[in-house]
Amino acid sequence: MTLLAQVLQQVVNGLALGSIYALISLGYTMVYGIVRLINFAHGDLLTIGAFIAYFFILAVGINPITLTLAMVLAMVITPLFGYSLERFAYRPLREAPRINSLITAIGASILIENGLRVIPFIGTEFRRFPTLTLNQWVLMQNLDEHGQIIKVTVSQTQLLVFAVAALLMLVLVLIVDKTKTGKAMRATSYDMKAAALMGINVNRIVSITFIIGSALAAAAGILFASSYPQIEPYMGIMPGLKAFVAAVLGGIGSIPGAMLGGLILGLAETLTKGFISSQLSDAVVFLILIIILMVRPSGLLGQTIKEKV
Amino acid sequence: MKTSQKFFLLFGLVFAFLVVFSILVYFRILDRYFSRLLLWGAIQSIIAISLNLITGFTGQLSLGQAGFVGLGAYTTAILTTQGWPFLFALLPSLAIAGLAGFLVGWPSLRLRGDYLAIMTLGFGEIIRSLIINLPDLTGGASGFKDIPGFHPDGDLNRLFLFLGIFISFFLVLFLVVNLIRSSYGRAIISVREDEIAARSMGVDIQLVKIGAFTLSALIAGWGGALQAPFLNYLAPSSYDFLKSVDFVVIIVLGGMGSITGTILAAFGLTYLQEWLRFLGDYRMVIYPLLMILMMLFRPQGLMGGREWTLETFIRKKISDSKVGNHG
Amino acid sequence: MDSLLKVEDVSIQFGGLKAVSDFSLDLRSRELVGLIGPNGAGKTTVFNILTGVYLPQTGTILYRDRYERLIHLEGLSPNKITQLGLARTFQNIRLFSNLTVLENVLVSHHFRIQYNWLEAVFRLPRFWQEETRIKEQSLELLEIFGMANLAHQRASQLPYGQQRKLEIVRALATQPRLLLLDEPAAGMNPQETRQLMELIQFIRERFHLTILLIEHDMSLVMGICERILVLDYGRILAEGRPEEVRTNPEVIRAYLGEVSGA
Repeated sequence: MTLLAQVLQQVVNGLALGSIYALISLGYTMVYGIVRLINFAHGDLLTIGAFIAYFFILAVGINPITLTLAMVLAMVITPLFGYSLERFAYRPLREAPRINSLITAIGASILIENGLRVIPFIGTEFRRFPTLTLNQWVLMQNLDEHGQIIKVTVSQTQLLVFAVAALLMLVLVLIVDKTKTGKAMRATSYDMKAAALMGINVNRIVSITFIIGSALAAAAGILFASSYPQIEPYMGIMPGLKAFVAAVLGGIGSIPGAMLGGLILGLAETLTKGFISSQLSDAVVFLILIIILMVRPSGLLGQTIKEKV
Repeated sequence: MKTSQKFFLLFGLVFAFLVVFSILVYFRILDRYFSRLLLWGAIQSIIAISLNLITGFTGQLSLGQAGFVGLGAYTTAILTTQGWPFLFALLPSLAIAGLAGFLVGWPSLRLRGDYLAIMTLGFGEIIRSLIINLPDLTGGASGFKDIPGFHPDGDLNRLFLFLGIFISFFLVLFLVVNLIRSSYGRAIISVREDEIAARSMGVDIQLVKIGAFTLSALIAGWGGALQAPFLNYLAPSSYDFLKSVDFVVIIVLGGMGSITGTILAAFGLTYLQEWLRFLGDYRMVIYPLLMILMMLFRPQGLMGGREWTLETFIRKKISDSKVGNHG
Repeated sequence: MDSLLKVEDVSIQFGGLKAVSDFSLDLRSRELVGLIGPNGAGKTTVFNILTGVYLPQTGTILYRDRYERLIHLEGLSPNKITQLGLARTFQNIRLFSNLTVLENVLVSHHFRIQYNWLEAVFRLPRFWQEETRIKEQSLELLEIFGMANLAHQRASQLPYGQQRKLEIVRALATQPRLLLLDEPAAGMNPQETRQLMELIQFIRERFHLTILLIEHDMSLVMGICERILVLDYGRILAEGRPEEVRTNPEVIRAYLGEVSGA
C-alpha cells in the first residue's frame, strides 16, 4: 500500500511536470512543423516569461489576481522576443542550409541566457519566485502496516498547473482546428510553397506561430517557477532541452504528440527521481531521446516524410 | 614542384618550427602565459579539426564532440594516475573515443540533419552524465585532480608537453589533409553534397558516415588525452553541450570544409578569449552575437571553404616577382 | 536467361496510390529502349525501383552480371546495384556542386579504388599510381563529351546543358553495363538534342552499353530507340517498335495534347 501510494504520488507529480513540459513542447513542435527549425532558444523564452512575472509580482505583491495578471503580462511581452528572433535571425536564413539556422538558433539561445545575466537588475544570482500558498489537497489516504497515515496529495500549485495547461491547450486546439488562421498554419506546415501559392501570407503565419509558441512558453515559465521557485537566467536550459525531447518523443510537428510526449517525459523523469536516482533522471531523458530516434524517429504520433528522388 | 620536394620542404619547416620553439619553451624565452596559450590553441585545433571532418566535410552536424574529448581526457587521466606512461594511456583513450564514435555513428545512419544533430547532443549529454555518475572512477562532479604531467621536472615537463602536443597537432594535420585529398576524401565530400547521388555512383554512404564518425571521435579523444597532462585537472563541466558548441563556433568562423580556417579560428579564438577576459560576463554575449552575425552575413566563414596550401605561397612569390612587386 | 535484365510484375504503392503496377521488362544486351508516358506516369519511379532507391512490393528484378551470374536486385542497396553495373542519371540534376567537374567524375571511381585509406594517408606508391590512372580515365571520358577543358571548374558554375552532360559522364565513369538515362534532353534545343542523340549512340557502341532512357522529346525517342515502352498511370500501355507505338490509338489518346516534335 505504501508503495502504491508512493507511485501514485510520483504519478501526480509527474503529470504536473509533464503538463509544463507539454506547454513548452507545443512551441517547439509548432515551429518545427512550420519552418523545420529546432528553435534552441525556445527554452529561454520560458526564462523571460518567468522574470517578467517575477518583477511584476515583486512590484504589486502576490495574490491570485496579480498572479493571473502577471501571467497575462508575460504572455503578451514574451512573444515580442519570439517575434524578433524569428524576424531578424531566422527569417533571413529560411532558404539557407539548415545547419546555418541551427547554429543561429543555438547562438540566440546562448545570447539570451547570458544577455539576461549581464543585465544589472537580473544578474547571475538565484531568486525566489513568490508562491501563493502551500496548500495541499489529499487525494487518497490510508493506513500502512504500522498504523501510520500515508497519503497521496496534490498541491495547489499543481492544480494551478493542470488548470492553466489544460485551458491553454484547449485554446490552442480550438485555434488550430477551428479558425482560418489555424487552417493556414496547418497548410503552411504541410507545404510552405504551395500555401504561398494559395494566397496565404506565409511570413505572417510563421510570425503567428512563433508568437503563440512564445506565449505558451511564457506561461510554462511561470508555472515552472511556481513549482520550483528558484529562478535564474539559465533556468530554461534543462526544461527546454527536455521539452524538446518530449516533442521528438511525441512526434515533432504533431500537436497531440507534443502533449503526449510532455506528459510521458514528465512521468519518466519524476518516477526516475523518485525510485532510481535523481542524478540519473537527466540521463534517462536523453536515453529516451536516443531510443526513440533509433526505433521510431518520427515519434509516437508523427509521420515520416519521404524525400522525392 | 615535385612531390618529394614538397614533402621535404614541409617536413623541414615542421622540424625547424619544433626545434626553434622547443628551445624557446625550455629556456623560458617564451613566457609561460604565451606558451600555455599556444599549446591550448593547438589542442583546440586538433579537436576542431575532428569536428570539421564529420561536420564540415561529411556534412553530419555533431553537437556532442565534447563528449568524445571528455572520454579521451578521463581515460588518460585514470590510467596515468595509476602509473601508466602517457603513450601507453593514449592508445586505450583513442580506442574508447573511437568506439564511442562508432556507437554514435551507427544509429545515426538512418537520421538526417536536425535529428542527427540532436542525437549527437543526446550522446554527449549521456557521456557527461556517465562521468558525473561514476565518482569513484572519475571524481564525479567535483573533478579529477592531480593528474600527472609528462615529467616531474618543471622545465622538462614543459618541453615534453610542447613536443607532445605539437607533434600530435602535425600528425593529425597530416592524417586529415592526406585523407581529404584522396578518393576517400572525395567520397566523404560527395556524401555531404548529395547522398542520393553519391549512392548512385557506387559510394557506400553508410560506411563513409560510420568511418567519418569513428575517426572524428578518435581524433577528438586524442585532443582530450592531451588535455589531461596539460591541465592536470579535469571537470565534467568542461565536456558539456556548451563546450561542443564552442567547437561548432570555431569551425563556423573558420569556414566549414576548410582546415586552414579551422586552425586559424581555433588559435584566434583562444587568444581572443584570453584578450576578452577583461570583459567578464560580456564575453559570453559577444560570442553568440558573433555566431549569429557570421551566419547572417558570412556563413562560409573566414576562408569560405578554401585552403592555404604550399602552392598558394609559392605562386604568390612567383607572381610577385614577375609583376615586379618589390618587397 | 539471355536477357541482361528481366523485370517481372513489379509494383509499388505509396499510401493509397499505386504508382507502378505489374511492370515487366525484358532487356536484351546492347538494346536501346525508351520509356515514355505522360507526366506522373511512374517512369522515374520505375528507375528508382530498378536502382534500389525504392523497394518494390511485388515482382522480381533479375540481372545478369559480368560473370554471368543471375542476381536479384530487389532489396539491394543503390550503391551495390551500381557496383554490379547499373548506373543512372537524375531528372533533377544532382551534381556535387562544390566539387570540380573532374572531381565529380572521380567519385564514380571510388568503389573500385585499389588503395586503402592507410595507403592514402601515407601516400604510398599505390596511391599515386591509382590517382594517375583514374585521372587519366576520367579526362578521357570528359574529352569524349567535349568537356575536358572544364575539368577544374566548379560543377555549380557550369551552364545547364553542360551540367546535364556531366551527369551522364559521371554515371558512365562507374563503368556500367546498363545505363539508365532520366530525361537526358530536358531543356535542350533541337541542335543540342541532335548532338545528344549522336553521343548516346556513340557511347553505346564504344562502351558496349545497354541503354534504357526516359524522355519526353519524341524526336530523340523515335530517332534512336529500337523499342519503346509506354507507361500511363503506372501501367504499361503499349510496347513495340517506334512505328508501332507512334500509331497506337491508346498511346495517342493518353498523350492527347502532349506530343512534342514527333
